[in-house]
Amino acid sequence: MESKYILEMKNIKKDYFGNKVLKGINLKVEKGEIYALLGENGAGKSTLMNILFGMPVIHSTGGFEGEVCINGEKVNINSPQKAMELGIGMVHQEFMLIPGFNITENIKLNRETLKSNIFSKVLGESLKTLDTKDMEKDARVALDKLDMNIDEWARVAGLPVGYMQFIEIAREIDKLNVRVLVFDEPTAVLTESEADNLLDAMKKITDSGISIIFITHRLDEVMKVSNNITILRDGEMAATLKKEETNVMQLAELMVGRKIEGLTQKEESKEISSNQEIVLKTKNLRVGMPGEEVKGIDLEIYKGEIFGFGGLAGQGKIGIANGIMGLYPAIGEVYIENKLLKLESPIDALKNKLAFVSEDRRGVGLLLDESIDLNIAMTAMQVNDKFIYKFGFFTHKDSKGIRKHANEMIEKFDIRCTGPHQLTRRLSGGNQQKVCLARAITLEPNVLLVSEPTRGIDIGAKKLVLDVLKKLNAEFGMTIIITSSELGELRSICDRIAIITEGKLEGILRPGDSDVDFGLMMSGDYKKATRKEAN
Amino acid sequence: MKGKVQALIKPIGIPRLIIVAFLGLLYVAAFFCKLPVNDLLNGHLVRVGMNGILVLAMVPAILSGIGPNFGIPVGIVCGLIGGLISIELDCYGANAFIVAALISIPLATVAGYLYGVLLNKVKGSEMMVGTYVGFSVVSLMCIAWLILPFTSMEIKWPIGRGLRTTISLAKRFDKILNAPFAIHIGKITIPTMLFVFFFAMCFVVWLFLNSKAGIAMKAVGQNSKFAIASGMNVDQNRMVSTILSTVLGAIGILVYAQSYGFFQLYTAPLMMAFAAVAAILIGGASSTNATIFHVILGTFLFQGLLVVALPVANVIVPKGNLSEVMRVVVQYGIILYALTKAGGGK
Repeated sequence: MESKYILEMKNIKKDYFGNKVLKGINLKVEKGEIYALLGENGAGKSTLMNILFGMPVIHSTGGFEGEVCINGEKVNINSPQKAMELGIGMVHQEFMLIPGFNITENIKLNRETLKSNIFSKVLGESLKTLDTKDMEKDARVALDKLDMNIDEWARVAGLPVGYMQFIEIAREIDKLNVRVLVFDEPTAVLTESEADNLLDAMKKITDSGISIIFITHRLDEVMKVSNNITILRDGEMAATLKKEETNVMQLAELMVGRKIEGLTQKEESKEISSNQEIVLKTKNLRVGMPGEEVKGIDLEIYKGEIFGFGGLAGQGKIGIANGIMGLYPAIGEVYIENKLLKLESPIDALKNKLAFVSEDRRGVGLLLDESIDLNIAMTAMQVNDKFIYKFGFFTHKDSKGIRKHANEMIEKFDIRCTGPHQLTRRLSGGNQQKVCLARAITLEPNVLLVSEPTRGIDIGAKKLVLDVLKKLNAEFGMTIIITSSELGELRSICDRIAIITEGKLEGILRPGDSDVDFGLMMSGDYKKATRKEAN
Repeated sequence: MKGKVQALIKPIGIPRLIIVAFLGLLYVAAFFCKLPVNDLLNGHLVRVGMNGILVLAMVPAILSGIGPNFGIPVGIVCGLIGGLISIELDCYGANAFIVAALISIPLATVAGYLYGVLLNKVKGSEMMVGTYVGFSVVSLMCIAWLILPFTSMEIKWPIGRGLRTTISLAKRFDKILNAPFAIHIGKITIPTMLFVFFFAMCFVVWLFLNSKAGIAMKAVGQNSKFAIASGMNVDQNRMVSTILSTVLGAIGILVYAQSYGFFQLYTAPLMMAFAAVAAILIGGASSTNATIFHVILGTFLFQGLLVVALPVANVIVPKGNLSEVMRVVVQYGIILYALTKAGGGK
């Protein structure tokens, strides 16, 4: 029986250790259509796709509820091999190509056409000769389908990024039985014209009867190519829409939505006027942080405000604080209270009364095999000579002072531990974060930069961390710069929120601004949309 | 009661307890083999004191993230040069020892600096590179020993060119630390000054480790990203630790030589790094963490095994030099075992 839908996912539910990440998702993909899947980071897109591919991560954490049907038949996809047999293919975000092989070899990798020879007759399959001619023919067919006039024997190393993406696609469509192709943010690394080519190619692929699931956050692309659109938000189906029935604005609003997690929106944000004292200013700041590149940011941050950096993952928001603190190569200018800051020099940033709580808590933020008290005191000891006895040329640590300070901090932040001597490795994520915060505050900074302060910690600790930040701001007038992937969190405590898209500043919003604006800015469609309106 | 026992055992660790038990068993076996246990014990104590500082030299290197300093022959060679110069200058007694130390420290500082420059360029494979630096330096010095212009007849071969392979210190500073204030209890002699000097060096290193620079060094070793974010200079801290380790190596060989009674030139320092590494690892250190306690315990256990196991094995297996083979197997076996245990004393 031929079903109308090539792929159906019915009422999919999945939890990781009691934490529900998918709460009943339904997908129905028709033959030969482009089906768009939208959502913020953490909305559940990748979990859904992992289920579709039978990834081990799903099955090692207790499987999932719901059923998957291919062509109307219920299937049990328990391994990626099974998914491939059923004709589900994936075009990866990062390029899974072997640079030293040529295009044909990459396309036919592990599916080579083989010829028998003397040795293979004696010693078996694996010694068969490759039928290069036949392979090149197949590769040519696949490349032609995509309108690629590149030579099939060219080596992959050194090809432009756009080509590599196409070679991946060619590899997938060369698989004879492929029925559903998943494109996971394929345009993220492409230039605009390359992206347009890709969209054309996608349409061509669907013409040959293959269906495409298109995961992206670029709303205009969705509007250009897709037939049906499903928006996920916090593991729920926010909506399933037909392209004709919707517009970019509505998609943006649905994507962001309003998250309520015991956090209320900030009642009144401080009035910001342009004659306020500027504490931190960047001019064309560029940071070479891998995966979070910053491509030129001009900003002014006022004294005593809580400033937020929001945006989707990989767009560069994380890179800004890291760049200012000198942890990654950076160019451009950063002024602290009108004094030019030396870039790529953490000590200079620290001496200028900046303090940083890194997003990489365990990697950068902590000495995991040292005690809580030493962790808290360490940076202040090295930078400001605190907790140090001096005897002329010689120095010795002030163990009592360190212990006393740690006890104060443990009380202040409610760090749950067996005592200041406990190793930070043994603490829970939330308590580790509190130790990081305590270390930063021990520096007595004027400006506190906090990256992803609530990532991976429970709600109680989350609230405490945010309350501490608010308190520091209110009581000591400390300027606080928060970078966070959770928009709701930013909107609950920030005075102003800058949204970063593709390494650039998309715009600055107040927490009370509409969901539509936030959504459009996060997807990078804000400028385009407002331009259209102006016309 | 149980809690108390656990609290006692925990810092030592089960592997250490087993080795301690084994060492005790060896002593008992030695007694039943009618070996002179008091001589063994004397030898044991002396060897702890004479090897201790070479083992101590591992601590700064391990803590700064370089790992056990397999390149310690760099420092050893500097110490030997200092010692030879003190003989050349015709110094005697304590004077000779002090002069030797004063000359070798600046030499070791320079050599340690150059070695540190190299180590900073090969982050991640310091142990392998260090091993070969040690081998290379020893081999290079084999040429140097042949052509260095020393004139003292105690140092030179009587005929031809070059320096002797072993140089007696009998007239110079032989037992300068072992002999004074030695306490005799029955048939057992405790080399007081040797231990005082060893523990004094341990104390100096402990002081350094608790200074601002020492704490920065530990932070660099434990998490270089954290160190960078806290404004520390990773390369500089590694440099300081390499220099410190090399200087300790130089002093270590002088202490070793005064107890042994000879300087050994040419290929003698080739394998000395391995004994020192084995000792600190057996004491519970890992390639990323080490304490003064690990140094003292490790030196005691490792040297004890060597001193007691050999004669006992000789009695039990009298054929040929099997016991020497056993010693080598045990020594390298310990290094191998310890290096696979990244977790150290857990």
